[in-house]
Amino acid sequence: MGEAESVYRKEFPVKGGDFANAGAAACEIKELLKDLGIDAATVRRAAIVAYESEMNVIMYAREARMDLTVSLGKVHLVVDDRGPGIPDIELALTEGYSTATAEMRELGFGAGMGLPNIKRNADVFAIDSEVGRGTRLDIVIRTNGHVNP
Amino acid sequence: MIVLKDVLALLDAEVLTTGTDPEAAFQRVFASDLMSDVLTSAQPGSLLLTGLANSHVVSTCRVADVAGVVFVQGKRPSPAVVEEARAKGLPLISTKMPMFEACARIAGLAGEGGHGRG
Repeated sequence: MGEAESVYRKEFPVKGGDFANAGAAACEIKELLKDLGIDAATVRRAAIVAYESEMNVIMYAREARMDLTVSLGKVHLVVDDRGPGIPDIELALTEGYSTATAEMRELGFGAGMGLPNIKRNADVFAIDSEVGRGTRLDIVIRTNGHVNP
Repeated sequence: MIVLKDVLALLDAEVLTTGTDPEAAFQRVFASDLMSDVLTSAQPGSLLLTGLANSHVVSTCRVADVAGVVFVQGKRPSPAVVEEARAKGLPLISTKMPMFEACARIAGLAGEGGHGRG
C-alpha cells in the first residue's frame, strides 16, 4: 500500500496493566471508522480486533503502539508490544488456551479466546513474537471500499 | 423483537440509565459472564444478560454493538460506569433475579413471538 492511498492514519499508545482505560483505544478506533463511512459490519470486526489486541497488551505486555491505517478497501492495524513474548504461537492461537491470572478472569477476560478471535475477524493475520522482547500483530480487514476521504 | 418495557415487567427490573426509552427493542438475547464470549458470539443489537458489573462490560458492548444490558442477581455497576453507559446511549437494567430465572422468563417472551433467541 502506497502512502498516497492512505486516507487516515493514527497511533494509539497502550500501557500494560492499565485496566482503567481498557477499551479506550478500540472505542476511539470504532468511532473513527464509523466517521469515515465504513460499513457497520466491517467497523464491528475492526473494533473487536482492536479491543482484543488492546486487552492482550493490558493483560500481558508492558506497553504497545497500535498503528491504524485506513485506505481505500482496507483497515490495517499493527500492534507492536514490548513484553514477554509468546513462546509457542500455535498453542496461543488455540481456543481455550490461556495463561491469564484469576484477576483477569474475574474481569471477564482471559478465556483463551483473544488471539483466535482476532484471527477470525481478520482477513489477513500475521503474528511474530520473540520471547523476552515482545509480540507484533499485523492485521488487515477489507472494507467494501466505501471510505470517505 | 424483545421490548425493554416487557423485560422490565417480567424481571421486576429497574432501569439504571436515566432517559432510557422503555420502547427500546432488541433483536436477540445473549447471556454470559465472559466478555470474550460476548465478543465472539453475541449478535449486533442483542440484549446482554450478565452477572459481571464492571466498566469492561460497557466497553465490550460498545465494541460488539450490544444494545442493552441486564445485570442479574442484584448486581449494579458503579455510578461512573452507569454514567458512561448513559452518555453512550447504552441502556443498563438491574434485576434481583438469578441468571437462570431471568433467562427462562425472557426465553418465554421470545417463544411468544419475540424471536429473540440469540
